[in-house]
Amino acid sequence: MIELLEYTIPSTMLALVIHALLPLGFILVYALFAIWLERKVAGHVQDRLGPMRVGGWHGWAQTIADMLKLLHKEDIIPTQSNKFLFKMAPYMLFTASYGAFAVIPFSSAYIGSRVDIGVVYLLAILSLLTLSVIMAGWASNNKWSLFGAMRSASQMVSYEVPTVVTVLSVIVVTGSLNLMTVSEMQTGNDLFGFLPNWLILQNPFLVIAFIIFFISILAESHRVPFDLPESESELVAGFQTEYSGMRWGIIMLSEYADMLLLSLLGVTLFFGGWNSPFGVFMAGPLWGFFWFILKGMLLVFVMMWIRWTLPRLRVDQLTYLCWSVLIPVSFINLVLVALWEMIF
Amino acid sequence: MVKVLKEGLLTFKSIFTGMGVTWGHLFEPAVTLQYPEERAILPDHVRNQLFVNIEDCIGCNLCARACPVNCIEIETVKATVGDDLGKTSTGNPKRLWVTQFNIDLARCMYCELCVHPCPTECIYMTSEYEYSEYNRNDLNYKFSNLTPNLVEIYKDKAAREAEKLALEKEEARLKKEKEKLEKESKDKA
Repeated sequence: MIELLEYTIPSTMLALVIHALLPLGFILVYALFAIWLERKVAGHVQDRLGPMRVGGWHGWAQTIADMLKLLHKEDIIPTQSNKFLFKMAPYMLFTASYGAFAVIPFSSAYIGSRVDIGVVYLLAILSLLTLSVIMAGWASNNKWSLFGAMRSASQMVSYEVPTVVTVLSVIVVTGSLNLMTVSEMQTGNDLFGFLPNWLILQNPFLVIAFIIFFISILAESHRVPFDLPESESELVAGFQTEYSGMRWGIIMLSEYADMLLLSLLGVTLFFGGWNSPFGVFMAGPLWGFFWFILKGMLLVFVMMWIRWTLPRLRVDQLTYLCWSVLIPVSFINLVLVALWEMIF
Repeated sequence: MVKVLKEGLLTFKSIFTGMGVTWGHLFEPAVTLQYPEERAILPDHVRNQLFVNIEDCIGCNLCARACPVNCIEIETVKATVGDDLGKTSTGNPKRLWVTQFNIDLARCMYCELCVHPCPTECIYMTSEYEYSEYNRNDLNYKFSNLTPNLVEIYKDKAAREAEKLALEKEEARLKKEKEKLEKESKDKA
């Protein structure tokens, strides 16, 4: 992809910038679509219709209208807040999630950076999310924001452990940290003659790993049932209480970007990345992008589906689930995955 | 260990049951009515906007007296001897000009108490419910169909007749008194 861009565009610098901005364009379109989808799913689960007016067909332009509204809104910064940190926090939040997209292989032809430490880089830069959440909560100079920030930070830090361990159990199988290599390893339909070579189908213990991974990415992107840092119905919004206008919009955008990022990571690690489920049929760089996004959106949809099904956990249940269920199980599972790989 | 596994299985079972329920609802037709395009079918006896069929009104004031919030204002003028106001569709003769029949729907509370006392069934509730106005005074509905000109004429006529009647009465009274005095003087004599 970068070679093609450098070939077609005379300036190398410009080619690099376009190469780096491609996922941004995608994420912006995705966020508009995902927020609309979330509202539609919420509506239809509750036997309502959701947005129906803006744009004509089933209110498809509702999020665009909302975004325009956010752009027009007054930018309120609390007088007693730390203005520099307050202004910086949303951008840092989005930068962290966007930086992580650099190592996601969108298709066989496009990956931001072919670094060999891919997964490690991704998990490391995701820790910036925690930092910027604390930054936002602290800079707001509001004790409830700070409480929300502390809660989200503690939740994200603790759920990073099972995420990392389950990712590690995939790395045990693949032997590579580069997500492009991980995706390439899953090409082909050799399992029982027709099943795709996806990792989740190759090793039964990776199914357990995926379940743990999915639970912990729900918690990391604070989705229901783990949304207690910002539980809309009781607390106001946690660390984002003091934000308004487009700053809040960027926080929202990075939340949805985060959801997509973690879902795409899950797809790459467990569901074959950009590989077509039908082998060579419908395979290729563009089809690869299609399959990758389709699988990612399916996981995002499951997240939404869960959101409108399950009630929220209590704080003690949250920590109990992480420290005394998920972490021990994921460690045992890691050993079992490794054993399975040794034997077969 | 077995207990933990059982509890774990139960947890997953309950989660999947719940997700099955929401999945089912996802494809159920929504109950939402897209209001301006679709409207709810109202029952037969809904209580909405009041309407007065002024042709049938005999100006008896019963509805105004029944109204708990005093939103009906009726003024009537007596018909003079020569006038024939006709009959209502229920056969009652009309004896009063209804010069004013105002219903302030901003005050109406849709209790339907005015509807039942009406002897000619001329005031009733319709199924119309979209009649909002920008100005509150526009909600004061005027049902009388007499022009101000006519009202003046009828008022004049009625006043003249009342005067005439009063005069006749007075004359009669004087006559009676006179007779009485005459009788008394006769008796004395």
